[in-house]
Amino acid sequence: MWFGPMLTVEPSRVKTGLFGQTGLFGQKACRAGSRRVTINATSRLPGWRCIDHMATRDEIADALAGMTLFADLTTPQLLGVASRFEEAFFPEGARVLRQGLSGSAFYVILDGDAAIVVDGQQRAVLGRGEFFGEVSLLLGEPPTADVVALRPLRCIMLPGSSIEAFLIEHPRVTYRMLQAESRRLRNANRARN
Amino acid sequence: MADQERPFPPGAYPVIVIGSGPGGLQVAYELAREGIGHAVLSADEGPGGMFRRWPFFQRLLSWTKPYAPADRRSRAFERWDWNSLLAVEPELRGLQTEFMDGTSDFPSRPEMEASLTAFAERAGIAVRYGCRWESTRHEDGAAGNRFTLVTSDGEYTCEHLILAVGIAQPYTPATPGIEHAVHYADTRAAETYAGKRLFILGKQNSGFELTSGLLQWASRITLASPSPAKTSIETRSLVGVRARYVQPFEDSALGGGVDILSASIAGISQVPGGLRVDLKRSDTGMPVSIEVDEVIAATGFSCPLQDLPALGVATFGQSKLPAQTAFWESATVPGIHFAGTITSGAPGLKKHGIPSYSGAVQGHRYNSQILVRRLAEEAFGVVHEHPSIALGDLTDHLLAEATNGPELWHQKAYLATVVTVTPDDGIRNRGVEPLTNFLDSNGPDAIAMTIEADGLGAIYPVAYVRRAGKVEEHALEPHPFHDFEGTPYRRHLGALLDLIAPGASAT
Repeated sequence: MWFGPMLTVEPSRVKTGLFGQTGLFGQKACRAGSRRVTINATSRLPGWRCIDHMATRDEIADALAGMTLFADLTTPQLLGVASRFEEAFFPEGARVLRQGLSGSAFYVILDGDAAIVVDGQQRAVLGRGEFFGEVSLLLGEPPTADVVALRPLRCIMLPGSSIEAFLIEHPRVTYRMLQAESRRLRNANRARN
Repeated sequence: MADQERPFPPGAYPVIVIGSGPGGLQVAYELAREGIGHAVLSADEGPGGMFRRWPFFQRLLSWTKPYAPADRRSRAFERWDWNSLLAVEPELRGLQTEFMDGTSDFPSRPEMEASLTAFAERAGIAVRYGCRWESTRHEDGAAGNRFTLVTSDGEYTCEHLILAVGIAQPYTPATPGIEHAVHYADTRAAETYAGKRLFILGKQNSGFELTSGLLQWASRITLASPSPAKTSIETRSLVGVRARYVQPFEDSALGGGVDILSASIAGISQVPGGLRVDLKRSDTGMPVSIEVDEVIAATGFSCPLQDLPALGVATFGQSKLPAQTAFWESATVPGIHFAGTITSGAPGLKKHGIPSYSGAVQGHRYNSQILVRRLAEEAFGVVHEHPSIALGDLTDHLLAEATNGPELWHQKAYLATVVTVTPDDGIRNRGVEPLTNFLDSNGPDAIAMTIEADGLGAIYPVAYVRRAGKVEEHALEPHPFHDFEGTPYRRHLGALLDLIAPGASAT
């Protein structure tokens, strides 16, 4: 279940009525009976927090709905993604990806921050909604960096063997991923110039 | 039973184990061997854990092969016997073989329960049965780390708590109308479904177990969940529906009355003469409805961790698995350890998408051995010997482990057998440890040997060589009969070993 000091959602989500389709936040709060959840529409995201117990598929699907990578998917597709990916938790300091080790996976961050570390040097920090591991899977090579949890990190994870089929079945996700990769490439080029 | 006859009265114990399934029994056995004071508490009335109730229909998903190519009382036999608990005494090994009637290599539920009961009796494992853990307090103060367990029999305190309570709490999603469904755990006898139109929510093994068991009884069976079902044959791992339950797929493919849908459940409602299930197809988003007589939620189980999350034990996923260290201790509350199926919450590397086998006896029985061994060393000052290995025997030792070592075969890319090489201490066999621990802890020059699978069908040894603090992965070739002891393997591994133990290849 998702809650924080305040539960925030992107206004675009509210406008497009995704909440109306799933209605999950209100229902869960009513059923649980014990927690009151305030839903405030805001464009800021830091209020997102996954509490330290279970996230159901419905809740994960709702979280994914707010992420750019999955922004074009319908609710049944989001639920499909939520049940196809596995949830993974990493305590602070744990390594999620290991530089040079074969057989890794694709991760999308639900909550927390992760550092990209190359040869012991921190290169970047990734946060909620960002993803990693896809480059090594697409190229069929071991990761060229460690990815380390900077604080307790919750992700959804798809094994490398499933990524090709998943991207082909979800061309809109592939397109969004391509946009993100282009942005990374542009920024890297800018940094170099 | 008169109270004075029951073991472990309320009081203080160094270690308390909760649970009397395979996980609890294996841990209790190991604690006794290490000479660590402990109490074992269980809410059940006898040993066996989940196997006292499940699986409902048919047989287990794990085999035991009485005529496998290894002596039933040997360690090598464990590779072929997925069900027996572990012991050093030959008469306690391979017990499952005694309780199989010869009709299948998959024991029935009663056969598994009988084997676990025999293990508990013959190993003299004392358990306080009928003692229900109700709540927990945690003090981490001047007196050290202490847990108080409030139980139906009174209060217990301990410094180390080992939970082996299974993944046993029925889980149902908050789908509208879910109250019209019964959970898998409440499935009735097969014949009571005669002529019924059934809807099964969930396409995991439990859903297919029910479908397989009810094929001859139900009039129609529909299974649905948002993502497509895969079989273990497709994933080449324990991920997916096991081959034992593959019949419904054929039935569905041939139009025999079973339908397997990828759809999310919008709601279940009562209609005249039955129930209506409203679905949305995952691919098109199109709505589809079906009328049925009964809905069974085969939606899995979660961990009955009671109030531990309130004490700070972080959990994750639909099963509410506790987040764990490599050695199965809570990642957030030190002193709380896990055994049995819950140890699947320490996922390891999941290389190529292959999970640990900690969710089953053949995997978690080794986790229990390693957990207790480590606890004995870290908290109780027990010193274990690390036998010396002659330089000339090193290659053969590691290749023999890769070929026959049951820990490596059952916990692929998860448990590794480790040998260290230091100038002072020579070559030492450190035994089996979690691979992530080896990768993440700095240490002397060493080699960790695993068996791994690539998810495409190949199974092969992998050597992780740590040299001057840096670990490199070296995969060896697969072999058609998984025999890794021949000359090409000796050459390849020998060359790797020369990096840390010069001369290893010369012998």
